[in-house]
Amino acid sequence: MDVLIFIVGGTLAAATALIFAAMGELVAEKSGVLNLGIEGMMATGAAMAFVVLSLSGSYTLGFVAGAALGMVLSLVHAALTIIFRANQVASGLAVGILGLGLSSAIGKRYEGRTVAGLPENGIPFLSDIPVIGPMFFQQDIMVYLSILLIPATWYVLNRTKLGLTIRAIGESPEAAHALGLKVRLIRTGCVAFGGAMAGIGGAYMSTAYTPLWAEGMIAGRGWIVVALTVFGTWMVGRVAFGAYLFGSISLLELSIQAFGLNIPSQLMSALPYLVTIVMLAIISRNPTFIKLNSPASLGATLKLS
Amino acid sequence: MARFVIEARPERSAWAPVQVALLALILTCIGGSVLFIIYGVSPLKGLDAIFIDPLRSTYGIGEVLLKMAPLLLIAQGLAIGFRAQIWNIGAEGQLILGAIAASLLAIQFEGSTSPLLLPGMIVVGMVAGMAWAGIAAFLRAQFNANEILVTFMLSSVALQLLYFLVTGPLRDPSGFNFPQSIRFDQAAMFPILIPGTRVNASLFIGLFVTVVALVFVQRSLAGYKLSVGGIAPRAATYAGFSSKRTIWLALLISGGAAGLAGVGEVAGSLGMLQRNVSPGYGYAGIIVAVLGGLHPIGILFASALMALVYVGGDFALLSVGVPNAVTDIFQGMLLTFYLACSFLLTSRIRRITPEAIASEAPAE
Amino acid sequence: MADAPPLLRLRGITKAYPAVLANDAVDLDVGTGEIHAVLGENGAGKSTLMKIIYGSVRPDAGTVEWNGSQVDIQSPAMARELGIGMVFQHFSLFETLTAAENISLAVSGTIPELSRRIREASARFGLDVEPDARVQSMTVGERQRIEILRCILQEPRLIIMDEPTSVLPPQGIAKLFETLRKLASEGIGIIFISHKLEEIRALCDTATIMRGGRVVGVCDPREEDARSLTRLMIGREIARPRHGAERGDGHPVLEVTGLNHTPENPFATPLRDVHLTLRSGEILGIAGVSGNGQDSLTQALAGEIETPDDRGSTVMLEGKAIGALGPYARRKLGLHFIPEERLGRGAVPIHTLSENSGLTTYHRGMVNWGFLNLGRRRKLAAETIERMDVRCGGTESTAQSLSGGNLQKFIVGRELALAPRVLIVSQPTWGVDVGAAAAIRQQLIDLRDSGAALLVVSEELEELLEICDRIQVMFRGRLSGSVPVRDTDMDHLGLAMAGDFDALNSSQTMKEPALG
Repeated sequence: MDVLIFIVGGTLAAATALIFAAMGELVAEKSGVLNLGIEGMMATGAAMAFVVLSLSGSYTLGFVAGAALGMVLSLVHAALTIIFRANQVASGLAVGILGLGLSSAIGKRYEGRTVAGLPENGIPFLSDIPVIGPMFFQQDIMVYLSILLIPATWYVLNRTKLGLTIRAIGESPEAAHALGLKVRLIRTGCVAFGGAMAGIGGAYMSTAYTPLWAEGMIAGRGWIVVALTVFGTWMVGRVAFGAYLFGSISLLELSIQAFGLNIPSQLMSALPYLVTIVMLAIISRNPTFIKLNSPASLGATLKLS
Repeated sequence: MARFVIEARPERSAWAPVQVALLALILTCIGGSVLFIIYGVSPLKGLDAIFIDPLRSTYGIGEVLLKMAPLLLIAQGLAIGFRAQIWNIGAEGQLILGAIAASLLAIQFEGSTSPLLLPGMIVVGMVAGMAWAGIAAFLRAQFNANEILVTFMLSSVALQLLYFLVTGPLRDPSGFNFPQSIRFDQAAMFPILIPGTRVNASLFIGLFVTVVALVFVQRSLAGYKLSVGGIAPRAATYAGFSSKRTIWLALLISGGAAGLAGVGEVAGSLGMLQRNVSPGYGYAGIIVAVLGGLHPIGILFASALMALVYVGGDFALLSVGVPNAVTDIFQGMLLTFYLACSFLLTSRIRRITPEAIASEAPAE
Repeated sequence: MADAPPLLRLRGITKAYPAVLANDAVDLDVGTGEIHAVLGENGAGKSTLMKIIYGSVRPDAGTVEWNGSQVDIQSPAMARELGIGMVFQHFSLFETLTAAENISLAVSGTIPELSRRIREASARFGLDVEPDARVQSMTVGERQRIEILRCILQEPRLIIMDEPTSVLPPQGIAKLFETLRKLASEGIGIIFISHKLEEIRALCDTATIMRGGRVVGVCDPREEDARSLTRLMIGREIARPRHGAERGDGHPVLEVTGLNHTPENPFATPLRDVHLTLRSGEILGIAGVSGNGQDSLTQALAGEIETPDDRGSTVMLEGKAIGALGPYARRKLGLHFIPEERLGRGAVPIHTLSENSGLTTYHRGMVNWGFLNLGRRRKLAAETIERMDVRCGGTESTAQSLSGGNLQKFIVGRELALAPRVLIVSQPTWGVDVGAAAAIRQQLIDLRDSGAALLVVSEELEELLEICDRIQVMFRGRLSGSVPVRDTDMDHLGLAMAGDFDALNSSQTMKEPALG
C-alpha cells in the first residue's frame, strides 16, 4: 500500500510543473502560435522564483515573479511572431536560448543553494482518510491548483466565447481578421498566458518539487511539454494524461535510484526522451488524424493585410 | 502629410541580409550595454571586452578561430536543412555521436601511427552524426514524427550516452576517476596550424564545407529542390520533388556536418573524449545559420562573430567580472534581434507623400 | 435621390500600392434598398474599393459619407457597427466549427438563442442552413448561405457581396437573386460586385463601371446592352478565340477507368469510380462547382497523387499504366499540368522567373551531372516572357511581383514550351484580366489544333462552352458521362452540376455507361 501511495502521490507532484506549462502551451497552440521557448521560460521562471523566495521568504511573491518573467519572455516571442512576422520555430528557439542565458545570469549567485520547499499542507480532514488521504490529499497547494487548471482550461476552450474565438483564430487567422476578431491581441494574450504558466511550472520545480536552484534543472521538461501537445492531439484531457504519464516516468527514475537497481542511471535519465520519441512516432503516424485535430494555422507565419 | 509604409520588395536584395545582420548586431550592443549597466560595468569596457579584446592578441585570435571551426561546420549543415524547413535542432547530439565514434576508433587503435587513423576518424564521425540524424529522418519520413522534437530528444539521449561512456566503458583507467577517456596519440589528432595557439586543421574542413555548401546551394539540382520544398512545399509536390527525399537529405547533410564538428573537437583542442565535449555548439550553430541568412558566405561571417562572442564572454569574465551567462544572453539577443529585423528581407520601409501618390501612373 | 442623402457616398477615394494605383479618385453612391453593381475586370480596383468601405484597407485620400455624415472607417469592426456587412468571395468560415458557432463569432447571443434566430431568418429569406452542422461537411452553396445569414443577423443597412455567383451553379444563382431582392425590398442597400454582365442586368438597379482603378461610367444596366457595357468595362474589343475544325481522328491518349481515391486531407472530396477518355486533338472540359473532387482528380492525373493499379483503378497514358508514377516521370512522358494556384504551386513566390522556369523543365537539358545550367534556364525564361508577352521587369523579377494574369501567361508558356502531348489545366483564367484570358484560351486551342490532348477544369461554364469539344460534369467525387458541347447548354449543365447527371444532354439520350 505504501508503494501505491508513493506512486500516486509522487506522480501528482512530478507532473505538476508539466501540467502548468502544458496547459499554457496548449492554449497558445490552439490560437496558432507554436512556442518552442518553453524550456527557457520555465528555466527563467524557476531562477526568478527561487531568488525572490530566497530574498523575501514569500512563496506567493516567488510564483508571481516567476510567472511574470515567463510572461515577459513569451511576449518577446509574441512580438517576433505576431508583429514582426518571424518564423515561429526560429523565434521560439531564440527566446528559449535567451531564457536559458537569463536564468543562469539570474541564478548565478544562488547556484546550488536550497530553500525550504512549499509546505505540503494538504486538505484538512480529507488528508486523514486512510490510503486515499496520503495519496491525494497531502500535497502542496500548487498540485491542487494544477489539477483545477485542467477542467478550467477545458471549459474556457470548449464552452466559452473566448475559447471559440481562440479556436477560430487558430484555424484561420485571416478569416478571423476579416470578421473583425482581434487576432493579434488574442494571440498575444494566449502566448502570454502560456509564458506565465511555463514560468509557474518552472517556479514549482525550484521552490517545491526540488527546492534548490541549479543551472539546467529544467532538464528538457520544456521540450517534453511541447511534445505533450502533439501526444495529446491538442485535447485537454489527453495532454493532461500525457503529463501524468511522464510524471510517473520521472518517478520511476527516482525509485530505481532509491532501490539501487543495477541499471545505468544514464539509461533512466534518457528514458523520458526515448518514450517521447516512440510516442511521437505512434501518435503522428496517421496524418489525417493529426490534421483533424491540430490547429490548422499552427506554426504558419501570420499574414494579415 | 508624409508617412511611412512597409511594402514588399519587388526584387530580391542581395544586401538586405547583411543590413539586417548589422542592425541586429547594433541592437545587441545596445541591449548588451543595458546588461553591463545592470552589472555595474561601463558599457564601453564591457563591449570592448567582448568584441575587441580577443582580437588584440594572437592567443585571442587563435581561440576565436578554434571555436569558429565547429560553429561553421554545424551551421553550414543546418542551414541547408533550414532552407528546406527541416528543423534539425539536435546538432548537439549529432556532434556528440561524431565525437564518440571518432574516439572509439582512436582508443581502439591506441599507439597506432598510421596516417589513415585520422581520416578514418573523420569518416566514422561523419557517418555516426548522419546515423543519429537519420533516426529523426526515418521517424519523420515514415511516421510523420516532428523532427524538431525528435532531434532535440535524441540530443538529450546522446548526452546521457556520452556520460555513460566516459564514466564507464571508455574511462581512462589511470585517470583518477575523471570522466574522460585516455589521451589520443599524435596520429589521431589534427595538426596545429598556428604555433602558439590551439587552432588546428579542422578549420580547413569547415572552410572546405563552406565552398561545397556554396556550390550545393547555388548550382546543384538537389539544392534547388530543397529550397523549393522549403519555400513552397506545394510547388515542390507539383514539380514532383519527393518530400521524403528532402527530409532524408536535409537531416543526413546536417547530421554529417555536426558529426564532423564532433571529430574536430575530440581530435582537435580536447585530444580525448570527455563530458564537456561541446559548450553548446550544436545550439549556437542554429543561431549562426539564421544569423548568416542561411547563406554559406553569410554563415562564414556569422560563425566568426559567434566565436568572438564565446571567447569575448570568457574575456569579460576575467577582465570586467561579469558572469559568462552573458555569452548566452548576447547570443540569444543576436538571434532575437535578427528575427525582429528579418521582415526587412522581404519588405522595405518607404516614405510616401501625397504628391508621390498623385504622380504615380495608374496601372494598365 | 436629391433630397435625402444616400446611404453611402464615396468621393475621390484613392489608394496606391507599390506597383499600381488601385483606386484613383473613385466616386460611388448607394441608396437604401438599392442593388448597386460594381462592374469591372479583374484588377480594375473593385476589391480594393470594397475593402476600403469595409474598413480593412485605409484609403490614401478621399472621403466616405455614411447617412450624410463623414466617417473614417478604421476597421471591419467599425464598419459593422455602422451597419455595413460583407459576404466574402473566399469564405471566411471556420471548418471545424458549426454554423451557429461561426455566426456567434460575429453576432452576440448564446448558441441556442442564435440557432433560433438562424432558423427564423432561414425561413424568411429562403436560406436553408442547419445551425448545428459543422462547416467542413457543407457544400459551397450552404457555406455562402451561412455567410449571408451571418451578415443579415447583424442587421446591416448595407451588404457588400464580392463575386457571390462565381461559386454557385446556375440554379443556386437564381435562388440567391431572390434572397437579395427580398433584402433590398426591406430597405437594405446592396453592393454587388461582378464581372458577369447578364447577372448584373438581371438584378441590379444601378451599375458603376470601373477600369484601371477609375470609374469610367455609371448607368442603369437594364437600359444598356451587353456590348456597350463590355466596351466600357474593357476599353477595347476582345477577339473571340479562333477554333480549328473538329478533327474527328483523335485516338485515346489518356484513359482513366474506375479511379477511386480517398485523400489524406480529411476535408477534401474523395474520388469515386471516375472514368474518362481523353483523345488527341480535343479539349475535354470538366465542369462542376468547386470542391466536388476536381482537386483530387487533377492531382491524380498529374501524379501528385499516385494511384497504383492494385487498387483496381487504372490511369493509362497511350496504353502504358502510369498510376504508380510521380509528376516528374509523367512529365517525361509528355503529360503536363497547370494548377489553379499560381503563387506557391505553379510558381515559387520569392524565386525569380529564371528560377521558376526550372521548376518543371529540369529534365530537358537544364541539368548536367546534378548541376544546374543557369544560362540555359535564364534563356528559357527570356523566351517564355517574349513569346507569351509577359509584362514584367525581366527574367530576374520575382514571381510574386507579377500580376495574376502575367504570371499565368508565364506558367502556361513554360509548359507549352515543352510541347506536351497531354495537358491538364485547372482554372486557366481564374482571376486573370480579359486580355490575358483571351490570349491563354487561344494558346490552349492552338495546342489542341496541333494534335495534343487537353483536359480543362473550370468553374466558368462560359469558358468551357467556348473552348471545349466535350464536357463531363463532376459532382461529389463522381464524374458524369461526356457530352459534346453542341449537344448541351448552360441549363442542362447546371442541372448536372447539382447532381442530376441524366439531365446533361439537351438534345439526345446518347450516354456513356451510366455512372453512379
